[in-house]
Amino acid sequence: MEKLLAWIDDRFPLTKVWEEHLSKYYAPKNFNFWYYFGSLALLVLVMQIVTGIFLTMHYKPDTALAFASVEYIMRDVSWGWLIRYLHSTGASFFFIVVYLHMFRAMMYGSHRKPRELLWIIGVIIFVALMAESFMGYLLPWGNMSYWGAQVIISLFEAIPVIGPGLSEWIRGDFVVADATLNRFFAFHVIAIPLVLVILVFVHIVALHKVGSNNPDGIEIKKKKDANGIPLDGIPFHPYYTVKDIVAVAVFLMVFAAVVFFAPELGGWFLEPDNFVPANILQTPPEIVPLWYFTPYYSILRANTVNFLYVDAKVWGVIFMALSIMVFFFLPWLDRSPAKSIRYRGWIYKTALAFFVVAFVILGYLGTKSPQAINLMLFPNVYWAQIFTIVYFAFFALMPWYTKIDKTKPVPERVTK
Amino acid sequence: MKKAILILLCAALPGAGLASGGEHVKLDAVKIDLSDKASLQRGARTFVNYCLSCHSASYMRYNRMGEDLGISDELVKENLMFAADKTGELMKTAMPREDAMKWFGTAPPDLSLVARSRGPNWFYTYMRSFYRDDKSPSGWDNTVFPNVAMPHVLHDVQGLQRAVYRIEKHETESVKDGKKVKKVTEEKVFDHFEIEKPGSMTPQQYDESIRDLTNFMVYVGEPAKLVRYRIGIVVLVFMAIFLVVAYLLKKEYWKDVH
Repeated sequence: MEKLLAWIDDRFPLTKVWEEHLSKYYAPKNFNFWYYFGSLALLVLVMQIVTGIFLTMHYKPDTALAFASVEYIMRDVSWGWLIRYLHSTGASFFFIVVYLHMFRAMMYGSHRKPRELLWIIGVIIFVALMAESFMGYLLPWGNMSYWGAQVIISLFEAIPVIGPGLSEWIRGDFVVADATLNRFFAFHVIAIPLVLVILVFVHIVALHKVGSNNPDGIEIKKKKDANGIPLDGIPFHPYYTVKDIVAVAVFLMVFAAVVFFAPELGGWFLEPDNFVPANILQTPPEIVPLWYFTPYYSILRANTVNFLYVDAKVWGVIFMALSIMVFFFLPWLDRSPAKSIRYRGWIYKTALAFFVVAFVILGYLGTKSPQAINLMLFPNVYWAQIFTIVYFAFFALMPWYTKIDKTKPVPERVTK
Repeated sequence: MKKAILILLCAALPGAGLASGGEHVKLDAVKIDLSDKASLQRGARTFVNYCLSCHSASYMRYNRMGEDLGISDELVKENLMFAADKTGELMKTAMPREDAMKWFGTAPPDLSLVARSRGPNWFYTYMRSFYRDDKSPSGWDNTVFPNVAMPHVLHDVQGLQRAVYRIEKHETESVKDGKKVKKVTEEKVFDHFEIEKPGSMTPQQYDESIRDLTNFMVYVGEPAKLVRYRIGIVVLVFMAIFLVVAYLLKKEYWKDVH
């Protein structure tokens, strides 16, 4: 065995990689609940790829066959229903896990120096994930798939001059059609997954270069023992591998509960209108994207005023794009001397709480008609406007409020 | 704050996914029980006798249905198959689409997934809400699906149903030339159904047979539902045991971390 390992090591840095990234990668010992979601996101990625491979074996990317082929998977393929539910539930859980992973970074300042690039790679992964799920959602060729894609692609028409040509180029037709389905299939099963896997690899390489942040937001590399090992660090393997397995077990229980007992989750994970085949002549009563896009959809629809000679629809697209792009600038918007929320004052805590509330309510409103009254007093669109302002104020005012926010002294060593 | 997020999420959940259909009609709740094989079999009989002549369930195979419902291939062939030769075939309708378009103005939709897209309550209420309407081309209308093209196929069973309306008065006040003007508008609102001429079943028997049919449609919408819950419990029990083992392993390793 040892001989074999030596033989490999002479030709490939197996032991070196193992040590650098697992057995001698020192992670802070004070990780809490919020630090599970990185490895869980990796787990979901692998699960999506594996289930996706099996779905690809039976799925037919053809407008005449797609819907029926999904039902064929659900009924006639052995365990096809399970594979399909794992994949559809996995898509939603991917976003749950990634949103919590990002929220963790915002709580403990994981995007701050020296981890700006790590954060930026992460945001690119997030954008790629959105593209991946958007294209995957067209494939079942249900009516909501169809009209969702129709609406989102038509957004590109808002771009001046090149808009109409661009959206036609994306679709490959004047409406969402067979050409669109085929190219979305190509992007969904190979192009974007490939990009995602590479980006995740780069994300981990960047993480292991700078080292993990922790709930105290301090650098464990500053205090090392005689051997150069951080005093507050423990090897990732076996400590965090065994700890993450516990999290995996809990996660899979929640996941299995949804897959086996409520795969539609009351219309949140699989929409009722998507059990109707795509119909170009029949628009669903309300075109609603899946829940993970609804906050941005709300922001899009909240723009109802034409100003500066620019159409409201164009502003909607601009602000929707901005609501995602703004995450790229987070490391530089935050001016607080403390990274972790533990040592920040009430202002940042309040701001972050407002942001979370705004995000959740925008998400809720995105599933409702703008004219209806679902919250109180006045129609949804006005609430969406209020919370869109809260959403952007969180970022726009950050350089100011993080600077004046009173921080507590940051400890030298990690706390429990 | 974690609590607040959870509360918000929970508050948002029940409102989601309300299916389309008659917008303001109150749907009656139906009790679905897929373990009731007899009910599923009765529902299957109603389906092939009354629905399948116009509607297909073209993602479903006869033999799969027989296997799941505990009906042998011979019995399926004798009693449930009128539009196919082999039990492995899909449940297609014998009616050509062009004819259907001519007769009804629209082709009857495939019903494999109706219980998933519309929901069981919708289906249950819809099938019990046909009433006589001489103004409509088919002679029938439906409160759940106004101006529906489909005639009431089960009228000989349910009987002739008539819709009874009540008049609701709405008072609105407006100011005209500095004077308050009261305006009363009358609106015809659906109140209840009355059986004009009884069918071969009593209303209770009819509701029960539609419940069986709805039960069957839920099954047809997702045959995997028959096994999914049982497997889910096995998976959860396995994961719970795995969790205990994983936790003990973690505790053992972490003993020396202080």
